[in-house]
Amino acid sequence: MVNMEVNLGGLKMHTPVATASGTFGYGFEYVGAVDYSKLGAVTAKGIRLEPWPGNPMPRHVEVPGGLVNAIGLQGTGVEHFLKYTVPWYRKQVADVPMIANIWGGTVEEYAEVAARMGDTVDAIEMNVSCPNVKAGGHTFGQDPKVLHEVVSAVRKATTLPLLVKLAPNVPSVVPYVKACEDAGADALSLINTIPAMVIDIETRRPVLANRTGGLSGRCVHPAAVKLVYDAHNATKLPLLAMGGIYDAKDAIEFFLAGATAVAVGTATFTDPGVVAKVCDGIAEYCERHGFLSVSQLTGALV
Amino acid sequence: MAINENATVASHDDAGPGYRFLVLDATRLASALVPGQFVHVRVPGLEPTALRRPFSVFDADDGKVTLLYKVVGRGTAALATARAGDEVEVLGPLGHGFPSASKGVPLLVGGGYGVAPLHFLAKRLKDSRTILFVGGRTKDDLLALDRFEALGVDVRIATNDGSAGEKGFVTGPLDAALDELRGRGEPFELFTCGPDGLLKAVADRAVAAGMPGWISMDRHMVCGVGACYACIQKTVHGNSRCCVEGPVFKAEDLVW
Repeated sequence: MVNMEVNLGGLKMHTPVATASGTFGYGFEYVGAVDYSKLGAVTAKGIRLEPWPGNPMPRHVEVPGGLVNAIGLQGTGVEHFLKYTVPWYRKQVADVPMIANIWGGTVEEYAEVAARMGDTVDAIEMNVSCPNVKAGGHTFGQDPKVLHEVVSAVRKATTLPLLVKLAPNVPSVVPYVKACEDAGADALSLINTIPAMVIDIETRRPVLANRTGGLSGRCVHPAAVKLVYDAHNATKLPLLAMGGIYDAKDAIEFFLAGATAVAVGTATFTDPGVVAKVCDGIAEYCERHGFLSVSQLTGALV
Repeated sequence: MAINENATVASHDDAGPGYRFLVLDATRLASALVPGQFVHVRVPGLEPTALRRPFSVFDADDGKVTLLYKVVGRGTAALATARAGDEVEVLGPLGHGFPSASKGVPLLVGGGYGVAPLHFLAKRLKDSRTILFVGGRTKDDLLALDRFEALGVDVRIATNDGSAGEKGFVTGPLDAALDELRGRGEPFELFTCGPDGLLKAVADRAVAAGMPGWISMDRHMVCGVGACYACIQKTVHGNSRCCVEGPVFKAEDLVW
Protein backbone atom coordinates (compact mmCIF):
# COMPACT_ATOMS: atom_id res chain seq x y z
CA MET A 1 0.00 0.00 0.00
CA VAL A 2 1.39 3.34 -1.05
CA ASN A 3 0.96 6.16 1.45
CA MET A 4 -0.97 8.78 -0.53
CA GLU A 5 -1.17 11.39 2.26
CA VAL A 6 0.47 14.74 1.72
CA ASN A 7 0.80 17.91 3.76
CA LEU A 8 0.31 21.00 1.64
CA GLY A 9 1.58 23.82 3.83
CA GLY A 10 -0.47 22.65 6.80
CA LEU A 11 -3.43 21.34 4.80
CA LYS A 12 -3.57 17.58 5.34
CA MET A 13 -4.80 15.76 2.24
CA HIS A 14 -5.53 12.01 2.24
CA THR A 15 -4.81 11.90 -1.48
CA PRO A 16 -2.54 14.30 -3.40
CA VAL A 17 -5.30 15.13 -5.93
CA ALA A 18 -7.39 18.31 -5.62
CA THR A 19 -9.66 20.20 -8.00
CA ALA A 20 -8.72 23.53 -9.58
CA SER A 21 -10.68 26.68 -8.76
CA GLY A 22 -13.35 27.60 -11.29
CA THR A 23 -13.64 24.10 -12.70
CA PHE A 24 -15.46 22.46 -9.81
CA GLY A 25 -18.07 25.02 -8.74
CA TYR A 26 -18.41 25.18 -4.98
CA GLY A 27 -17.52 21.52 -4.59
CA PHE A 28 -20.93 19.83 -4.46
CA GLU A 29 -22.06 20.13 -8.09
CA TYR A 30 -20.35 16.92 -9.19
CA VAL A 31 -21.76 14.73 -6.40
CA GLY A 32 -22.84 11.49 -8.06
CA ALA A 33 -20.50 11.85 -11.03
CA VAL A 34 -17.11 12.18 -9.28
CA ASP A 35 -15.61 9.69 -6.81
CA TYR A 36 -15.01 12.07 -3.90
CA SER A 37 -13.12 9.40 -1.91
CA LYS A 38 -10.20 9.99 -4.31
CA LEU A 39 -10.12 13.74 -3.69
CA GLY A 40 -7.66 15.20 -1.21
CA ALA A 41 -9.23 18.66 -1.37
CA VAL A 42 -11.71 20.70 -3.33
CA THR A 43 -10.86 24.25 -4.40
CA ALA A 44 -14.01 26.35 -4.58
CA LYS A 45 -14.80 28.95 -7.21
CA GLY A 46 -13.35 32.42 -6.53
CA ILE A 47 -15.09 34.56 -3.91
CA ARG A 48 -14.76 38.27 -3.28
CA LEU A 49 -16.45 40.52 -0.71
CA GLU A 50 -19.59 41.36 -2.69
CA PRO A 51 -21.59 39.45 -5.32
CA TRP A 52 -20.08 39.78 -8.80
CA PRO A 53 -21.97 39.23 -12.09
CA GLY A 54 -19.08 38.06 -14.27
CA ASN A 55 -18.65 38.73 -17.99
CA PRO A 56 -21.19 38.88 -20.85
CA MET A 57 -21.72 35.82 -23.06
CA PRO A 58 -20.08 34.09 -24.83
CA ARG A 59 -17.75 33.13 -22.02
CA HIS A 60 -15.90 30.18 -23.50
CA VAL A 61 -14.58 28.73 -26.71
CA GLU A 62 -13.16 25.29 -27.32
CA VAL A 63 -9.70 25.14 -28.93
CA PRO A 64 -7.54 22.16 -29.93
CA GLY A 65 -6.46 20.47 -26.71
CA GLY A 66 -8.17 22.95 -24.44
CA LEU A 67 -10.50 25.76 -23.65
CA VAL A 68 -10.33 29.56 -23.53
CA ASN A 69 -12.61 31.06 -20.92
CA ALA A 70 -13.61 34.50 -19.73
CA ILE A 71 -16.23 33.66 -17.13
CA GLY A 72 -15.25 36.76 -15.19
CA LEU A 73 -15.38 35.33 -11.67
CA GLN A 74 -19.15 35.38 -11.30
CA GLY A 75 -19.89 34.73 -7.64
CA THR A 76 -22.22 35.31 -4.76
CA GLY A 77 -19.93 37.17 -2.37
CA VAL A 78 -18.45 36.05 0.92
CA GLU A 79 -21.60 36.44 3.04
CA HIS A 80 -23.68 34.06 0.92
CA PHE A 81 -20.68 31.75 0.60
CA LEU A 82 -20.33 31.40 4.38
CA LYS A 83 -24.05 31.32 5.17
CA TYR A 84 -25.22 28.89 2.50
CA THR A 85 -22.48 27.48 0.27
CA VAL A 86 -20.03 26.12 2.83
CA PRO A 87 -22.71 24.50 5.06
CA TRP A 88 -24.31 22.92 2.00
CA TYR A 89 -20.93 21.65 0.84
CA ARG A 90 -20.19 20.15 4.28
CA LYS A 91 -23.57 18.41 4.24
CA GLN A 92 -23.11 17.00 0.73
CA VAL A 93 -19.41 16.19 0.96
CA ALA A 94 -18.58 15.29 4.54
CA ASP A 95 -14.88 14.61 4.58
CA VAL A 96 -13.07 16.38 1.75
CA PRO A 97 -11.30 19.59 2.87
CA MET A 98 -12.32 22.80 1.13
CA ILE A 99 -9.83 25.38 -0.10
CA ALA A 100 -11.58 28.74 -0.53
CA ASN A 101 -10.27 30.74 -3.48
CA ILE A 102 -10.40 34.49 -2.82
CA TRP A 103 -9.90 37.60 -4.91
CA GLY A 104 -10.51 41.33 -4.68
CA GLY A 105 -10.00 44.74 -6.21
CA THR A 106 -7.86 46.10 -3.39
CA VAL A 107 -5.38 44.80 -0.81
CA GLU A 108 -7.91 45.65 1.91
CA GLU A 109 -10.63 43.60 0.20
CA TYR A 110 -8.41 40.52 0.05
CA ALA A 111 -7.63 40.85 3.75
CA GLU A 112 -11.27 41.32 4.69
CA VAL A 113 -12.46 38.30 2.68
CA ALA A 114 -9.72 36.17 4.27
CA ALA A 115 -10.64 37.41 7.75
CA ARG A 116 -14.34 36.73 7.16
CA MET A 117 -13.53 33.10 6.26
CA GLY A 118 -12.45 32.53 9.87
CA ASP A 119 -11.95 28.80 10.24
CA THR A 120 -15.04 27.76 8.24
CA VAL A 121 -12.85 26.47 5.39
CA ASP A 122 -9.67 24.40 5.53
CA ALA A 123 -7.31 26.61 3.54
CA ILE A 124 -7.25 29.79 1.47
CA GLU A 125 -5.91 30.16 -2.05
CA MET A 126 -5.37 33.69 -3.35
CA ASN A 127 -6.12 34.46 -7.00
CA VAL A 128 -3.71 37.32 -7.72
CA SER A 129 -4.43 37.47 -11.46
CA CYS A 130 -7.24 40.01 -11.14
CA PRO A 131 -6.94 43.77 -11.65
CA ASN A 132 -5.81 46.05 -8.82
CA VAL A 133 -8.27 48.95 -9.05
CA LYS A 134 -5.68 51.30 -7.51
CA ALA A 135 -3.09 50.40 -10.16
CA GLY A 136 -4.99 51.07 -13.37
CA GLY A 137 -5.93 47.46 -14.01
CA HIS A 138 -2.50 45.92 -13.53
CA THR A 139 -2.94 42.60 -11.77
CA PHE A 140 -1.66 42.08 -8.23
CA GLY A 141 0.38 39.12 -9.39
CA GLN A 142 2.48 40.89 -12.01
CA ASP A 143 4.49 43.12 -9.66
CA PRO A 144 6.50 41.32 -6.94
CA LYS A 145 6.22 44.35 -4.61
CA VAL A 146 2.42 44.52 -4.90
CA LEU A 147 2.24 40.74 -4.62
CA HIS A 148 4.25 40.90 -1.39
CA GLU A 149 1.93 43.58 -0.04
CA VAL A 150 -1.29 41.70 -0.74
CA VAL A 151 0.01 38.33 0.50
CA SER A 152 1.33 39.98 3.70
CA ALA A 153 -2.08 41.56 4.31
CA VAL A 154 -3.89 38.26 3.89
CA ARG A 155 -1.28 36.49 6.03
CA LYS A 156 -2.08 38.87 8.89
CA ALA A 157 -5.82 38.23 8.40
CA THR A 158 -5.84 34.43 8.57
CA THR A 159 -4.18 31.55 10.37
CA LEU A 160 -5.41 29.03 7.79
CA PRO A 161 -2.94 27.39 5.41
CA LEU A 162 -2.39 30.08 2.78
CA LEU A 163 -1.74 29.32 -0.88
CA VAL A 164 -0.99 31.89 -3.57
CA LYS A 165 -1.90 31.01 -7.16
CA LEU A 166 0.72 32.34 -9.54
CA ALA A 167 0.26 33.55 -13.08
CA PRO A 168 2.28 31.89 -15.84
CA ASN A 169 2.81 34.97 -18.00
CA VAL A 170 5.97 36.34 -16.37
CA PRO A 171 9.54 36.32 -17.68
CA SER A 172 10.68 34.38 -14.59
CA VAL A 173 8.51 33.03 -11.82
CA VAL A 174 11.34 33.25 -9.26
CA PRO A 175 10.80 36.84 -7.94
CA TYR A 176 7.10 36.08 -7.46
CA VAL A 177 7.88 32.85 -5.62
CA LYS A 178 10.31 34.73 -3.35
CA ALA A 179 7.79 37.52 -2.71
CA CYS A 180 5.13 35.02 -1.60
CA GLU A 181 7.58 33.09 0.55
CA ASP A 182 8.81 36.25 2.25
CA ALA A 183 5.22 37.45 2.83
CA GLY A 184 4.35 34.27 4.72
CA ALA A 185 2.56 32.06 2.19
CA ASP A 186 2.42 28.39 3.19
CA ALA A 187 2.24 26.99 -0.34
CA LEU A 188 2.00 28.04 -3.97
CA SER A 189 -0.47 27.01 -6.66
CA LEU A 190 0.60 27.08 -10.25
CA ILE A 191 -0.36 27.68 -12.89
CA ASN A 192 -3.29 29.98 -13.49
CA THR A 193 -4.62 30.11 -17.07
CA ILE A 194 -2.47 31.56 -19.87
CA PRO A 195 -3.84 34.79 -21.43
CA ALA A 196 -5.32 33.90 -24.81
CA MET A 197 -7.57 35.10 -27.61
CA VAL A 198 -9.60 33.47 -30.38
CA ILE A 199 -10.84 35.43 -33.42
CA ASP A 200 -13.74 34.51 -35.68
CA ILE A 201 -12.23 35.29 -39.09
CA GLU A 202 -15.61 35.48 -40.83
CA THR A 203 -17.01 38.18 -38.54
CA ARG A 204 -13.50 39.55 -37.76
CA ARG A 205 -14.54 39.73 -34.11
CA PRO A 206 -13.11 38.12 -30.99
CA VAL A 207 -15.17 35.04 -30.12
CA LEU A 208 -15.34 35.88 -26.41
CA ALA A 209 -17.48 38.84 -25.36
CA ASN A 210 -14.60 39.85 -23.08
CA ARG A 211 -12.35 39.74 -26.20
CA THR A 212 -9.62 37.82 -24.33
CA GLY A 213 -9.63 34.99 -21.83
CA GLY A 214 -7.52 32.33 -20.18
CA LEU A 215 -6.27 29.16 -21.83
CA SER A 216 -6.47 25.85 -19.97
CA GLY A 217 -6.49 22.17 -20.84
CA ARG A 218 -4.01 19.62 -22.06
CA CYS A 219 -2.25 22.12 -24.34
CA VAL A 220 -0.90 24.11 -21.34
CA HIS A 221 0.59 21.10 -19.54
CA PRO A 222 4.24 21.29 -20.72
CA ALA A 223 4.34 25.02 -19.95
CA ALA A 224 2.96 24.33 -16.48
CA VAL A 225 5.54 21.60 -15.80
CA LYS A 226 8.34 24.06 -16.61
CA LEU A 227 6.94 26.67 -14.23
CA VAL A 228 6.54 24.13 -11.42
CA TYR A 229 10.13 23.01 -12.01
CA ASP A 230 11.37 26.62 -11.87
CA ALA A 231 9.36 27.34 -8.71
CA HIS A 232 10.59 24.19 -6.97
CA ASN A 233 14.19 25.17 -7.68
CA ALA A 234 13.56 28.56 -6.08
CA THR A 235 11.73 27.60 -2.89
CA LYS A 236 11.08 24.95 -0.26
CA LEU A 237 7.41 25.89 -0.12
CA PRO A 238 5.12 23.02 -1.12
CA LEU A 239 3.55 23.39 -4.57
CA LEU A 240 0.04 22.56 -5.74
CA ALA A 241 0.52 21.96 -9.47
CA MET A 242 -2.18 22.29 -12.09
CA GLY A 243 -2.48 22.82 -15.79
CA GLY A 244 -3.66 20.21 -18.26
CA ILE A 245 -3.84 17.08 -16.12
CA TYR A 246 -5.86 14.47 -18.02
CA ASP A 247 -4.21 11.30 -16.71
CA ALA A 248 -1.79 10.01 -14.07
CA LYS A 249 1.24 10.57 -16.30
CA ASP A 250 0.46 14.28 -16.49
CA ALA A 251 0.20 14.41 -12.69
CA ILE A 252 3.38 12.39 -12.09
CA GLU A 253 5.38 14.80 -14.27
CA PHE A 254 4.32 17.56 -11.88
CA PHE A 255 5.45 15.56 -8.82
CA LEU A 256 8.82 14.83 -10.39
CA ALA A 257 9.20 18.53 -11.24
CA GLY A 258 8.60 19.42 -7.59
CA ALA A 259 4.89 19.38 -6.77
CA THR A 260 3.58 18.16 -3.41
CA ALA A 261 0.01 17.84 -4.69
CA VAL A 262 -1.83 18.32 -7.98
CA ALA A 263 -5.18 19.72 -9.08
CA VAL A 264 -7.37 18.49 -11.93
CA GLY A 265 -9.30 21.21 -13.75
CA THR A 266 -10.56 21.43 -17.31
CA ALA A 267 -10.37 17.65 -17.79
CA THR A 268 -13.26 17.15 -15.37
CA PHE A 269 -15.58 18.87 -17.87
CA THR A 270 -14.86 16.13 -20.38
CA ASP A 271 -14.57 13.25 -17.93
CA PRO A 272 -15.69 13.52 -14.29
CA GLY A 273 -13.86 10.20 -13.81
CA VAL A 274 -10.43 11.80 -14.34
CA VAL A 275 -9.93 12.48 -10.61
CA ALA A 276 -10.21 8.79 -9.70
CA LYS A 277 -8.12 7.64 -12.67
CA VAL A 278 -5.34 10.11 -11.79
CA CYS A 279 -5.37 9.12 -8.12
CA ASP A 280 -5.29 5.38 -8.84
CA GLY A 281 -2.67 5.84 -11.53
CA ILE A 282 -0.32 7.72 -9.17
CA ALA A 283 -0.57 4.91 -6.60
CA GLU A 284 0.07 2.29 -9.27
CA TYR A 285 3.14 4.22 -10.50
CA CYS A 286 4.53 4.52 -6.96
CA GLU A 287 4.16 0.77 -6.45
CA ARG A 288 5.74 -0.05 -9.78
CA HIS A 289 8.74 2.19 -9.07
CA GLY A 290 9.18 1.25 -5.41
CA PHE A 291 8.06 4.52 -3.85
CA LEU A 292 6.45 3.86 -0.46
CA SER A 293 4.73 7.22 -0.35
CA VAL A 294 3.66 9.75 -2.94
CA SER A 295 5.62 12.44 -1.08
CA GLN A 296 8.83 10.67 -2.15
CA LEU A 297 7.96 11.61 -5.73
CA THR A 298 8.24 15.33 -5.04
CA GLY A 299 11.23 16.66 -6.92
CA ALA A 300 12.45 13.12 -7.69
CA LEU A 301 13.57 14.19 -11.14
CA VAL A 302 16.85 12.49 -12.01
CA MET B 1 -27.80 14.14 -8.68
CA ALA B 2 -26.01 13.53 -11.95
CA ILE B 3 -24.58 10.17 -12.88
CA ASN B 4 -22.14 9.37 -15.68
CA GLU B 5 -23.61 6.32 -17.39
CA ASN B 6 -21.78 4.17 -19.91
CA ALA B 7 -24.52 3.85 -22.52
CA THR B 8 -24.54 1.72 -25.66
CA VAL B 9 -25.91 2.84 -29.01
CA ALA B 10 -29.02 0.72 -29.68
CA SER B 11 -29.84 2.37 -33.01
CA HIS B 12 -28.92 5.53 -34.91
CA ASP B 13 -31.10 6.57 -37.83
CA ASP B 14 -31.89 9.54 -40.02
CA ALA B 15 -34.76 11.67 -38.76
CA GLY B 16 -34.80 13.95 -41.82
CA PRO B 17 -32.14 15.63 -43.94
CA GLY B 18 -29.30 16.44 -41.52
CA TYR B 19 -31.25 15.24 -38.49
CA ARG B 20 -30.59 12.06 -36.50
CA PHE B 21 -32.33 9.86 -33.95
CA LEU B 22 -29.83 8.37 -31.48
CA VAL B 23 -31.29 5.62 -29.29
CA LEU B 24 -29.11 4.67 -26.30
CA ASP B 25 -29.38 1.75 -23.93
CA ALA B 26 -29.05 3.71 -20.68
CA THR B 27 -31.14 2.08 -17.98
CA ARG B 28 -30.39 4.38 -15.07
CA LEU B 29 -30.81 7.59 -17.05
CA ALA B 30 -33.99 6.36 -18.75
CA SER B 31 -35.71 5.94 -15.41
CA ALA B 32 -34.38 9.19 -13.91
CA LEU B 33 -34.96 11.76 -16.69
CA VAL B 34 -37.97 14.07 -16.77
CA PRO B 35 -39.09 16.08 -19.82
CA GLY B 36 -37.04 19.21 -20.46
CA GLN B 37 -33.93 17.90 -18.73
CA PHE B 38 -30.85 17.30 -20.84
CA VAL B 39 -27.87 14.98 -21.03
CA HIS B 40 -24.19 15.83 -21.59
CA VAL B 41 -22.58 13.48 -24.08
CA ARG B 42 -18.91 12.61 -24.48
CA VAL B 43 -18.91 12.31 -28.25
CA PRO B 44 -17.13 9.20 -29.50
CA GLY B 45 -14.90 10.07 -32.42
CA LEU B 46 -13.82 13.45 -31.03
CA GLU B 47 -10.35 13.81 -29.50
CA PRO B 48 -10.13 12.72 -25.82
CA THR B 49 -9.87 16.33 -24.59
CA ALA B 50 -12.99 17.53 -26.43
CA LEU B 51 -15.73 19.08 -24.33
CA ARG B 52 -19.02 17.24 -23.98
CA ARG B 53 -22.06 18.28 -25.99
CA PRO B 54 -25.48 18.87 -24.40
CA PHE B 55 -28.60 17.33 -25.96
CA SER B 56 -32.25 17.53 -25.06
CA VAL B 57 -34.12 14.28 -24.66
CA PHE B 58 -36.75 13.16 -27.17
CA ASP B 59 -37.82 10.14 -25.16
CA ALA B 60 -36.79 8.17 -22.08
CA ASP B 61 -38.59 4.94 -21.57
CA ASP B 62 -38.07 1.23 -21.12
CA GLY B 63 -34.32 1.48 -20.46
CA LYS B 64 -33.70 3.59 -23.54
CA VAL B 65 -32.90 7.28 -23.99
CA THR B 66 -33.60 8.81 -27.40
CA LEU B 67 -31.94 12.00 -28.64
CA LEU B 68 -33.07 13.92 -31.70
CA TYR B 69 -30.39 16.26 -33.01
CA LYS B 70 -29.27 18.24 -36.01
CA VAL B 71 -25.78 17.94 -37.46
CA VAL B 72 -24.56 21.52 -37.03
CA GLY B 73 -20.87 21.40 -36.13
CA ARG B 74 -17.80 19.35 -35.38
CA GLY B 75 -19.33 17.56 -32.37
CA THR B 76 -22.61 16.53 -33.97
CA ALA B 77 -20.80 15.55 -37.18
CA ALA B 78 -18.62 13.17 -35.17
CA LEU B 79 -21.58 11.89 -33.18
CA ALA B 80 -23.47 11.18 -36.40
CA THR B 81 -20.94 8.45 -37.24
CA ALA B 82 -21.61 6.44 -34.03
CA ARG B 83 -22.91 2.96 -34.81
CA ALA B 84 -25.09 0.45 -32.99
CA GLY B 85 -23.02 -1.21 -30.27
CA ASP B 86 -20.68 1.77 -29.76
CA GLU B 87 -20.23 2.96 -26.18
CA VAL B 88 -21.13 6.52 -25.25
CA GLU B 89 -20.58 8.20 -21.86
CA VAL B 90 -23.66 10.19 -20.92
CA LEU B 91 -23.91 12.53 -17.92
CA GLY B 92 -27.39 13.20 -16.61
CA PRO B 93 -30.13 13.84 -15.74
CA LEU B 94 -29.25 17.55 -15.86
CA GLY B 95 -31.09 20.80 -15.29
CA HIS B 96 -34.64 21.82 -14.47
CA GLY B 97 -37.25 20.43 -16.84
CA PHE B 98 -40.87 21.25 -17.61
CA PRO B 99 -43.58 20.92 -14.94
CA SER B 100 -45.15 17.47 -14.82
CA ALA B 101 -48.72 18.69 -15.39
CA SER B 102 -50.34 21.56 -17.26
CA LYS B 103 -52.76 23.93 -15.57
CA GLY B 104 -54.56 24.61 -18.85
CA VAL B 105 -54.60 23.44 -22.46
CA PRO B 106 -50.98 22.41 -23.14
CA LEU B 107 -49.69 24.39 -26.13
CA LEU B 108 -46.32 23.06 -27.30
CA VAL B 109 -44.39 25.28 -29.70
CA GLY B 110 -41.35 23.82 -31.44
CA GLY B 111 -38.91 24.95 -34.09
CA GLY B 112 -36.69 22.41 -35.89
CA TYR B 113 -35.05 19.95 -33.49
CA GLY B 114 -36.61 21.96 -30.66
CA VAL B 115 -39.50 19.50 -30.88
CA ALA B 116 -37.29 16.93 -29.09
CA PRO B 117 -38.10 17.78 -25.44
CA LEU B 118 -41.69 18.59 -26.44
CA HIS B 119 -42.22 15.00 -27.57
CA PHE B 120 -41.02 13.67 -24.21
CA LEU B 121 -43.27 16.24 -22.53
CA ALA B 122 -46.35 15.30 -24.59
CA LYS B 123 -45.78 11.66 -23.78
CA ARG B 124 -45.62 12.31 -20.03
CA LEU B 125 -48.43 14.90 -19.91
CA LYS B 126 -50.91 12.34 -21.35
CA ASP B 127 -53.30 15.26 -21.90
CA SER B 128 -55.72 14.75 -24.81
CA ARG B 129 -55.99 18.55 -25.23
CA THR B 130 -52.28 18.89 -26.21
CA ILE B 131 -51.57 20.85 -29.38
CA LEU B 132 -48.15 21.00 -31.05
CA PHE B 133 -47.35 24.05 -33.15
CA VAL B 134 -44.33 23.31 -35.23
CA GLY B 135 -42.38 25.50 -37.60
CA GLY B 136 -39.45 25.22 -39.94
CA ARG B 137 -37.92 26.83 -43.00
CA THR B 138 -39.20 24.00 -45.21
CA LYS B 139 -41.03 20.71 -44.75
CA ASP B 140 -37.61 19.08 -44.29
CA ASP B 141 -37.33 20.78 -40.88
CA LEU B 142 -40.55 19.19 -39.60
CA LEU B 143 -39.41 16.29 -37.51
CA ALA B 144 -41.05 13.25 -35.93
CA LEU B 145 -44.58 14.45 -36.59
CA ASP B 146 -45.74 10.83 -36.78
CA ARG B 147 -44.46 10.32 -33.24
CA PHE B 148 -46.58 13.23 -31.97
CA GLU B 149 -49.63 12.03 -33.90
CA ALA B 150 -49.19 8.55 -32.39
CA LEU B 151 -49.54 10.21 -28.96
CA GLY B 152 -52.83 11.76 -30.08
CA VAL B 153 -51.37 15.28 -30.26
CA ASP B 154 -53.11 17.80 -32.54
CA VAL B 155 -50.26 18.97 -34.84
CA ARG B 156 -50.44 22.41 -36.52
CA ILE B 157 -47.75 23.33 -39.02
CA ALA B 158 -46.18 26.43 -40.55
CA THR B 159 -43.22 26.63 -42.92
CA ASN B 160 -41.47 29.76 -44.20
CA ASP B 161 -41.70 28.57 -47.81
CA GLY B 162 -45.20 27.08 -47.53
CA SER B 163 -43.97 23.59 -48.46
CA ALA B 164 -46.09 22.20 -45.61
CA GLY B 165 -48.91 23.65 -43.53
CA GLU B 166 -49.47 27.39 -43.32
CA LYS B 167 -46.96 29.66 -45.11
CA GLY B 168 -45.11 31.85 -42.63
CA PHE B 169 -44.01 31.56 -39.04
CA VAL B 170 -45.39 29.16 -36.46
CA THR B 171 -46.72 32.15 -34.54
CA GLY B 172 -49.47 32.32 -37.23
CA PRO B 173 -51.34 29.15 -36.22
CA LEU B 174 -50.32 29.75 -32.59
CA ASP B 175 -51.94 33.20 -32.46
CA ALA B 176 -55.10 31.84 -34.08
CA ALA B 177 -55.36 29.19 -31.36
CA LEU B 178 -54.60 31.72 -28.60
CA ASP B 179 -57.44 33.95 -29.88
CA GLU B 180 -59.81 31.02 -29.89
CA LEU B 181 -58.88 29.93 -26.35
CA ARG B 182 -59.10 33.48 -25.03
CA GLY B 183 -62.53 33.79 -26.74
CA ARG B 184 -63.69 30.76 -24.83
CA GLY B 185 -62.06 31.96 -21.63
CA GLU B 186 -60.07 28.74 -21.42
CA PRO B 187 -56.73 28.75 -19.59
CA PHE B 188 -53.66 27.47 -21.40
CA GLU B 189 -50.00 26.84 -20.69
CA LEU B 190 -47.17 27.37 -23.19
CA PHE B 191 -44.13 25.11 -23.56
CA THR B 192 -41.46 25.87 -26.15
CA CYS B 193 -38.05 24.92 -27.47
CA GLY B 194 -36.35 26.14 -30.63
CA PRO B 195 -34.44 29.14 -31.99
CA ASP B 196 -34.17 32.19 -29.68
CA GLY B 197 -36.49 34.30 -31.88
CA LEU B 198 -39.25 31.74 -31.46
CA LEU B 199 -38.61 31.41 -27.73
CA LYS B 200 -38.95 35.15 -27.23
CA ALA B 201 -42.14 35.26 -29.32
CA VAL B 202 -43.70 32.53 -27.17
CA ALA B 203 -42.45 34.04 -23.89
CA ASP B 204 -43.91 37.43 -24.86
CA ARG B 205 -47.29 35.81 -25.58
CA ALA B 206 -47.33 33.93 -22.26
CA VAL B 207 -46.48 37.07 -20.30
CA ALA B 208 -49.01 39.20 -22.24
CA ALA B 209 -51.74 36.61 -21.65
CA GLY B 210 -50.85 36.16 -17.97
CA MET B 211 -50.57 32.42 -18.59
CA PRO B 212 -47.65 30.16 -17.58
CA GLY B 213 -44.92 29.88 -20.18
CA TRP B 214 -41.99 27.45 -20.03
CA ILE B 215 -39.04 28.31 -22.24
CA SER B 216 -36.28 25.77 -22.95
CA MET B 217 -32.99 27.43 -23.90
CA ASP B 218 -30.38 25.83 -26.16
CA ARG B 219 -26.86 26.98 -25.24
CA HIS B 220 -23.28 25.84 -25.67
CA MET B 221 -22.18 24.40 -22.35
CA VAL B 222 -18.97 23.33 -20.67
CA CYS B 223 -19.60 21.36 -17.45
CA GLY B 224 -23.37 20.83 -17.65
CA VAL B 225 -23.67 20.60 -13.86
CA GLY B 226 -23.45 24.22 -12.69
CA ALA B 227 -19.76 24.23 -11.88
CA CYS B 228 -18.26 26.51 -14.53
CA TYR B 229 -20.75 29.34 -15.17
CA ALA B 230 -20.20 29.36 -18.96
CA CYS B 231 -23.85 28.97 -20.09
CA ILE B 232 -25.40 32.13 -18.72
CA GLN B 233 -28.88 33.47 -19.46
CA LYS B 234 -29.91 36.84 -18.09
CA THR B 235 -32.97 36.55 -15.86
CA VAL B 236 -34.72 38.68 -13.25
CA HIS B 237 -32.54 36.82 -10.73
CA GLY B 238 -29.31 37.92 -12.45
CA ASN B 239 -26.93 35.79 -14.48
CA SER B 240 -28.54 32.35 -14.31
CA ARG B 241 -26.97 29.12 -15.48
CA CYS B 242 -28.85 27.39 -18.31
CA CYS B 243 -27.58 24.03 -17.10
CA VAL B 244 -28.93 24.30 -13.54
CA GLU B 245 -31.52 27.07 -13.20
CA GLY B 246 -32.55 26.11 -16.76
CA PRO B 247 -32.62 24.88 -19.43
CA VAL B 248 -36.36 25.44 -18.88
CA PHE B 249 -37.06 28.93 -17.55
CA LYS B 250 -40.30 30.66 -16.63
CA ALA B 251 -41.27 33.11 -19.38
CA GLU B 252 -41.57 36.02 -16.94
CA ASP B 253 -38.10 35.40 -15.50
CA LEU B 254 -36.21 35.82 -18.77
CA VAL B 255 -34.43 39.05 -19.67
CA TRP B 256 -33.89 39.20 -23.45
